[in-house]
Amino acid sequence: MRSVADAVAAVSAHQVTKVFGSGSDRVVALDDVSVDIRANEFFTLLGPSGCGKTTLLRLIAGFDHPTSGRIDLEGQDISYLPPYKRPVNTVFQSYALFPHMTVAENIGFGLKMLGKPQSEIDAEVSKMLKLVKMEAMRDRATSAISGGQQQRVALARALAPKPKVLLLDEPLSALDLKLRKEMQIELKRLQSETGITFIFVTHDQEEALTMSDRIAVMSAGKILQVGSPRQIYDHPSHRFVADFIGETNFLEAELTSVSKRVGKLKLGSGTTIDASLPGDGVAKGPVTAVVRPEHANLVKGKAAAASLTGKLGNIVYFGTDTHYHVALDDGGEFIVRMQNARDDAGRWSVGDAVGVSIDKDAVQVLRD
Amino acid sequence: MGKSAVAADKDATSGALAGEEARRRDIQNRWLLATPALVIILFAALGPLLIMLVYSFLQKGLYGGVIWNFSGQGWFDVFLSKDIFDDTISFADAHMLIFWRSIKLSLITTIATLLLGFPTAYFIATRSPKWRGVFLFLVTIPFWTNLLIRTFAIQEVIKNEGLLNIVLLKLGLISSPIQIMFTDTAILLGMAYVYLPLMVLPLYASMERLDFRLVEAGYDLYATRLQVLRRIIIPLVKPGIIAGSILVFVPSLGAYVTPRILGGGKKMMLGNLIELQFGQGRNWPLGAALSITLLVIVMVALLFYVRNASKSGVKSHG
Ligand SMILES: Nc1ncnc2c1ncn2[C@@H]1O[C@H](COP(=O)(O)OP(=O)(O)OP(=O)(O)O)[C@@H](O)[C@H]1O
Ligand SMILES: [Mg+2]
Repeated sequence: MRSVADAVAAVSAHQVTKVFGSGSDRVVALDDVSVDIRANEFFTLLGPSGCGKTTLLRLIAGFDHPTSGRIDLEGQDISYLPPYKRPVNTVFQSYALFPHMTVAENIGFGLKMLGKPQSEIDAEVSKMLKLVKMEAMRDRATSAISGGQQQRVALARALAPKPKVLLLDEPLSALDLKLRKEMQIELKRLQSETGITFIFVTHDQEEALTMSDRIAVMSAGKILQVGSPRQIYDHPSHRFVADFIGETNFLEAELTSVSKRVGKLKLGSGTTIDASLPGDGVAKGPVTAVVRPEHANLVKGKAAAASLTGKLGNIVYFGTDTHYHVALDDGGEFIVRMQNARDDAGRWSVGDAVGVSIDKDAVQVLRD
Repeated sequence: MGKSAVAADKDATSGALAGEEARRRDIQNRWLLATPALVIILFAALGPLLIMLVYSFLQKGLYGGVIWNFSGQGWFDVFLSKDIFDDTISFADAHMLIFWRSIKLSLITTIATLLLGFPTAYFIATRSPKWRGVFLFLVTIPFWTNLLIRTFAIQEVIKNEGLLNIVLLKLGLISSPIQIMFTDTAILLGMAYVYLPLMVLPLYASMERLDFRLVEAGYDLYATRLQVLRRIIIPLVKPGIIAGSILVFVPSLGAYVTPRILGGGKKMMLGNLIELQFGQGRNWPLGAALSITLLVIVMVALLFYVRNASKSGVKSHG
């Protein structure tokens, strides 16, 4: 059963381009975007402001239509279907609750429009209120509940008609940190309980990493990389992706030789480090080496194991770990993040001559 | 210790007194701000009203004006008439007809301007800000011309040799001119034209504040266009509908120029009837009583309308 659902993507975009305006006002909001979103997955669109996340969501919801390209829902072309004919619901960034209706009327609105009998609507509304833990607020005006509660009502309203796909446009961005964390867990729970495909928009990389089954990283109207949080974090395909998600060290280098899926990288300082490559077909030439701070180690003095050498600049203590800023001998800066152990205190101090050792598997080679 | 507590207590009391004083002065200042408006309302609105009320209970003068004797004749004449030959009393049919026509035409005008004005206002409210200004400007242009001139313009269009009939004749849709002038239809056309901006502007004002994401949310939740209109847009712009309807209905009920010109002398409305009493009729008490009656009709209609309109929907919406 699962395999049938997996075979056909819940939503897929085929070479979708969306252009707003014309002449000097022309904006290409989506530029040849293709992506398959699987059934039952928690899929996240991640990217900076203005990269086209909302635009893609609006095309899937049906509020806008693609300039070119096609959007399929379970294999059916829906590019020009009006929103009320799509089994897709949206949780709006601003919630967009109907101010002239009570909480219960808001939640029941979709079912009512679908022509369900009132008894069924009432039962479903009660179920939804319970799901989002808002039973006590049934007959409240939507203006008389808090932001977090409004968010829950918006969620319940979108879930009540049991859509095939739920679209969420930065639904947590208006909440304070604590409530936000709670709602993140809540959303994950709702997604697994309902089995509905969630397409979630955020520009918060941490939120994306913790919640998603898969993430699409977007920039300037394009999808740069699609993958699991782990793939995106450990193997970013573009410098932009590496930079946008987590902290990263970039080293300019030249790939001088490749053999047995290991490349030799000649750094600016003249030293050479090894890097694991996905295959032997990688062309030689100038590249960027990406190393996550927690994938490198500090070593004392000018040890032979060190790939890079420098002086310890700043030491920033974070409780569970510490960030060591190393001023490299060739001028750059390199950050190493290490877990704190009980006997660490005083082991490193500012001004120490240190080396940085980098395992070949910790290096990701990019060419852009 | 005890001493300082007492001192503190005294401080608190004088503080509270100072606060009380400041609050009183604040309220005083606010009344001061409202004074000019209150003076105008008192003298320009309530004053004449009071005079009307008094006149309606006086005896009519032979050549107009009033004689300062109490008399119920004015009010009697509003509703009843006495046969000049056998003194039997019957309903003042002519007056009732005019009351009825006034209410009917005003209601139809209100509904017509609402039906025309709603899509117009929606259209304007969904344009870009630049274009909204242009369209609003166009809507207000009729206000720049004198009401008489506008009414004569309508006459030019609908009279037997007018533009409308010429076009219809040329198109072969009719074989002889249609008589529109001096009918209820003519009055309706005129009033709808004259009062349309008064409907469009308040409707636009509340549609402009409408959050169109709510409309999208409606579509998203399987509402068709008609359902979105009925269940989301109309309830949310209800304040504008109420305001626009009042602004059209009230002046329609008392309209004078439009029915006078387009209805000729034949199809009178309340405004014309009142004017008649102060002019040729030389029956000021009756005119005053009719004016008060008009006022009462308006107030009752408004009360009824607002009560009903606010009952359904618009719970928390501004
Ligand atoms: N209706 C529109 N008319 C003109 N340009 C638009 C319209 N909607 C979006 N754009 C433009 O398209 C681009 C993408 O916008 P979009 O709203 O999809 O960004 P986003 O990724 O959702 O950003 P944010 O994180 O700020 O919400 C932006 O440059 C935006 O200015
Ligand atoms: Mg957005």
